[in-house]
Amino acid sequence: MREIQASQITEVVARLCIEANEHLPEDVKCAIKKCRDCEDGEIAKGVLDKIIENFEIADEQCVPICQDTGMACVFLEIGQDVHIAGGDLTEAINAGVRKGYEEGYLRKSVVKDPVRRGNTGDNTPAMVYTEIVPGEQIKITLGPKGFGSENMSAIRMFKPSAGLQGIKDFIIETVETAGPNPCPPMMVGVGIGGTFDKAALLAKKALMRPIDSSNEDPYYADLETEMLEKINELGIGPQGFGGKTTAIGLNIETLPTHIAGMPCAININCHVTRHKTEVI
Amino acid sequence: MERHIQLPLTEELAKTLHAGDSVYLTGTIYTSRDAGHKRMCEALERGEKLPFDPADATIYYVGPTPAKPGQVIGSAGPTTSGRMDAYAPTMMSVGARGMIGKGARLPEVVDAMKKYSGVYFGAIGGAGALLAKCIKKCELIAYEDLGAEALRKLYVEDMPLVVIIDCEGRNLYEEGREAYLRK
Repeated sequence: MREIQASQITEVVARLCIEANEHLPEDVKCAIKKCRDCEDGEIAKGVLDKIIENFEIADEQCVPICQDTGMACVFLEIGQDVHIAGGDLTEAINAGVRKGYEEGYLRKSVVKDPVRRGNTGDNTPAMVYTEIVPGEQIKITLGPKGFGSENMSAIRMFKPSAGLQGIKDFIIETVETAGPNPCPPMMVGVGIGGTFDKAALLAKKALMRPIDSSNEDPYYADLETEMLEKINELGIGPQGFGGKTTAIGLNIETLPTHIAGMPCAININCHVTRHKTEVI
Repeated sequence: MERHIQLPLTEELAKTLHAGDSVYLTGTIYTSRDAGHKRMCEALERGEKLPFDPADATIYYVGPTPAKPGQVIGSAGPTTSGRMDAYAPTMMSVGARGMIGKGARLPEVVDAMKKYSGVYFGAIGGAGALLAKCIKKCELIAYEDLGAEALRKLYVEDMPLVVIIDCEGRNLYEEGREAYLRK
């Protein structure tokens, strides 16, 4: 049994909030630069040049890449031999978000009630996803999620007879409907299987996986490649102004599901696909 | 075509702008998004005045991050314009002409743009750090309680934008995509 102080979790979460919002992961930067090289139109090239300049400014000056510094999505993998001492875990995470968003001059974008609104003033509560795993460490991944892209996400409960074609059509339909709204070039997370809620979680987790990685199952790895190509044939392009780069990446995650169903969720992210991980 | 534009956005100037033009905007603009627009339209309904003179005004749909010490403003890229579609025709009816944002607009908004000679400019979504550099002055003018959504008066210099929809209703989202769509 290893003891980890709640205050340590707070500190790590606070730091991750700031770093994730200021520094884009290297794999995302590489993907954007690659896209810049394949565009031939003046507008598309100009947009991608400015997107590259933007993340370079954010890196050098330690300022947020985007003003929508998101809702703090916190993925926890807690080793089953860990004992969290000195406070409540959820409160420790929210204290970290409060501290990070205040000290990092990040935007507070959370309202306390979905219908009656009212800003909470400190970007809490975080959206926390907890998994218990073997071991005595805690792995914390923080993904600040902007809502321009979140709003363009979709979920559908397919009949199994819809098959692979049903999923392919749904991916294209969702990206096409999103169009210019989620700040393309976008990143597409696809979750297939599980239950209604698990499919959505898989789609969000897919966004946390590196862009240059592939699904371990060759069947889905091929599907990732095929769907990214098809999306980039839509012509939506950077910012929707037309071009070859509508998406910089597409990741698929799957789970077994029920004999009667085939849930599929698509979580859209923008080119500012932020996430940062630390292990305690 | 690349052009340098000096605000205010008069009707005469608006009519010279065309979908697909790259422009660098200089002058005074106002910030507002969801909650600010709702409040302004409610004020107009009650017959009250807006916190700024809307004649030939340009509104930037943005909710910036807080300014760090020494900064004029924090990161300040555009938010999705479609959420302001319910309010944009009303704003144009009282004289506001320019809109800066990102994303698609409803046909009602495009109709109002044709009627009032409105122009919809696109700023690069997700380029908040870069766009903040063009903002030379920032003054909070109303609705302070809305935080990031409060109304601000900005002075911008050479803000890089693209005309997405012009006052004739031509739309870069449709025309730009057409050239690259593989059917």
